Amino acid sequence: MVIKKDQLVKQLKSFTINFGPQHPAAHGVLRLVLELNGEIVERADPHIGLLHRGTEKLIEYKTYLQALPYFDRLDYVSMMAQEQTYSLAVEKLIGIDVPERAQYIRVLFCEITRILNHLLAVGCHAMDVGAMTPMMWAFEEREKLMEFYERVSGARMHAAYVRPGGVAQDLPMGLLDDIFQFVEQFPLRLDEVEELLTTNRIWKERLVDIGVVTAQEAIDWGFSGVMLRGSGLPWDLRKMQPYDVYEKVEFDIPVGTNGDCFDRYLIRVEEMRQSLSIIRQCLNLMPKGPIKTFNKKYTNPSRIEMKQSMEALIHHFKYFTEGINVEPGETYAATEAPKGEFGVYLISNGSDRPYRCKIKAPGFAHLQALNNMAKGHMIADVVTIIGTQDIVFGEIDR
Amino acid sequence: MKLFNKFSQHLTNLLPIIAIQQIKNEWIITVLPEHLLLSMNFLKKHIGLQYSLLSCISGVDFLGKDYRFCVSYDLLSLTFAQRLRVKAFLNEITPITSVVSVFPCANWWEREVWDMYGIFFENHPDLRRILSDYGFEGYPMRKDFPLYGYIELRYDENHKRIVAEPVEFAQEFRYFDFETPW
Repeated sequence: MVIKKDQLVKQLKSFTINFGPQHPAAHGVLRLVLELNGEIVERADPHIGLLHRGTEKLIEYKTYLQALPYFDRLDYVSMMAQEQTYSLAVEKLIGIDVPERAQYIRVLFCEITRILNHLLAVGCHAMDVGAMTPMMWAFEEREKLMEFYERVSGARMHAAYVRPGGVAQDLPMGLLDDIFQFVEQFPLRLDEVEELLTTNRIWKERLVDIGVVTAQEAIDWGFSGVMLRGSGLPWDLRKMQPYDVYEKVEFDIPVGTNGDCFDRYLIRVEEMRQSLSIIRQCLNLMPKGPIKTFNKKYTNPSRIEMKQSMEALIHHFKYFTEGINVEPGETYAATEAPKGEFGVYLISNGSDRPYRCKIKAPGFAHLQALNNMAKGHMIADVVTIIGTQDIVFGEIDR
Repeated sequence: MKLFNKFSQHLTNLLPIIAIQQIKNEWIITVLPEHLLLSMNFLKKHIGLQYSLLSCISGVDFLGKDYRFCVSYDLLSLTFAQRLRVKAFLNEITPITSVVSVFPCANWWEREVWDMYGIFFENHPDLRRILSDYGFEGYPMRKDFPLYGYIELRYDENHKRIVAEPVEFAQEFRYFDFETPW
């Protein structure tokens, strides 16, 4: 059979490209199947799960205490914020109160974590777009913050410091002074980063009016955190459903107007400044007192106590082998993690292990909307949008 | 208690609810799977509730029950700063209606529940597996799925590729179940 030339119908197919799974701008292992028309993205289909470790399944086989370190490893740039969520969930199930000092320490470190995360978010975002320098400066500051992590818990990143019932140990001597030193000099570093970016013509050209999300869309797609506030919704769980001592500190919620990537960048920078203010207040208000609840069924006794009292030794042994027993029930605890609403849905059946622990990762909902956000944009803007969503695969794949 | 009665009465008058609970100051309602879409639509759009944001969908496996699976939807009302959990119970063969038409963000959450529990969502636009590997079989979050799985992967030097084999253990998997005196 001969096909004549005029019978041929030219079929224009869109060009399909594989972005990732190993791509420096993909923030981890994101495989993105992009359908392109020239350089315009027609459809973006994220394939996730390449970093799936089965955290939720593993937690079902661990005691409540053993499950805690998994939360550091979810979103591995905002560690303590997630420990705090899990601890709050467990505390809610048991029904114990946390001493005030522990609450202040938690808020202090939660805000340090927020700066830690936003520095990485802004730094890496800038690097994806082409500005190398802010990232170098951001990482220098991050190093100082991780030193605080190390001093308080012994680990730079995976701290396992916030525990159900309080925190693992008291602050070491002189730490608060050094945090104060940091708070004093950090605004200057932030100004430097802003000087390079905020009014930068290239940075603005790449970010303004890219990935615009309206308020209605943000709600429909289940956004939270900066992504929601960027679209003009003043929703912050620290204000709306306060946990720990967020009621006692003063701070403002920055809100965007256009819902584009540039607004979200500005919000992140402003949130860092607000976090600094919260840290400063925590330093001033830090009370003296215990850092764990007294109920030794739920926290371990101190080392000295353990060496001297038989009762404490038994408690210590039971706490670390059998763990804590939580009465049957279920709860959904949500906190304002740096990336958005991080939730833990915990079901207990009365044993020493969680029956089910569902982790609600903010990035999961954000990445889902990538298709809608990137549609009609250039392929280079996909990188900007991934950057602004602040994707970390540890939490999305779980 | 008075508030409990008022709110629960109000909801039960409006919706086909089979159970309403308050655990740890959180509201939980249970509906039949066939009434789910209707109820979710109602909860989203009712002016006095406005649960407009779907936080997450989680599956739970209560192995040994007649209706072993529970799908729970965490709703958030931005207007009233309130949360509500909607639950539906089903078994292996009953499907559940997808709520993507009401909450677009349910898409991936439902894919995850399908992937992990094998709960089928009717009218879902794109029900593929999401978190597990390409070509994975089984539903890993079910309670009768072993923690260590069924296959293990390794690189084969002879074939120069990754090969899948049934898992082999030098030592049996140990699960300590302590009887607690507390």
